[in-house]
Amino acid sequence: MERLVNLLFAGRFVYVLPLAALAALTVVFLFGLQKDPRIVPSALIDKPVPEFALPPITGGPGMGLASADLKSRISVVNVWASWCGPCKAEHPLVEELARSGLATVYGLNYKDEPSDALRWLADLGNPYTEIGADRNGRVGIDWGVYGVPETFIVDHEGRIRHKHVGPMTAEAVDGEIEPILRVLGP
Amino acid sequence: MRGMLATFAVLCAALIAMTAAGVEPGEMLADPVLETRARDISKNLRCLVCQNQSIDDSNAALARDLRIIVRERLAAGDSDTEVIDYVVARYGDFVLLKPPLKPVTYALWFGPVAIALAAAAAAAAFLRRRRTRRPFRSIPTSAAGSKRC
Repeated sequence: MERLVNLLFAGRFVYVLPLAALAALTVVFLFGLQKDPRIVPSALIDKPVPEFALPPITGGPGMGLASADLKSRISVVNVWASWCGPCKAEHPLVEELARSGLATVYGLNYKDEPSDALRWLADLGNPYTEIGADRNGRVGIDWGVYGVPETFIVDHEGRIRHKHVGPMTAEAVDGEIEPILRVLGP
Repeated sequence: MRGMLATFAVLCAALIAMTAAGVEPGEMLADPVLETRARDISKNLRCLVCQNQSIDDSNAALARDLRIIVRERLAAGDSDTEVIDYVVARYGDFVLLKPPLKPVTYALWFGPVAIALAAAAAAAAFLRRRRTRRPFRSIPTSAAGSKRC
């Protein structure tokens, strides 16, 4: 101990120490500031999808969406709503993802009026293999959804592998979503 | 002056009333004991839409949904811990306004105390060293010293 203290106070090192600590902290904070605090990591990564069974949009196409649908193939679950502007912005990318054949793309229509949702699909096109209508948002809460749009990648065993918060961008699809889908396999 | 103070007091009261805008009367449970528990739980659950508010304070739709879920689960007989675990299972530890004590948060909880103790120890050692040593360095008499001269 005595030797350690002597070593520490030998020379000028001790006077530089607080400055060095401050510099280290500044670097940590600079990196911290680059992160978007609105993006909360999902608590469900690598966990099985929550159990749910949702009907289709009233008067709309398909059979609805249930957890069983997500357990035999690689899927992308896109949470959307007609009242959500950014959903419209990412819509072409959802279509592109569906066309790529890398995954089956499902929709989770979150807290939407059926007539609004159907008009939205008629106007923009329906990229989804199936859509589940989550009228009261309870299934969304089971998925940890806290805003729309959100996009989940589910592997062929029905485990959630990735979550993208907010609208997908071309960069996010190229750099984040497609690489993960390719790793998960055909 | 007294008029100004009174105005200030009224403004403060209005501000305090405004901060309690979250819970709506229709959501409240009839049982006052359960309602109190629900309020206490909600006060420590973060609203993920407006992150520095609790779901008890926030009037975001998601906060309202979560308040209702908290009350449903309490009415179904869940303990406070079970209700909190239900929300944490879906949204992660970030949903807790007070971070839980576990190995990954040890640095957060004990870091400041550890740094303060280390700084105090260093200061004590520095002061003791300064007191025991003479302020002036003695002229080196060793071989190395004389050679340098």
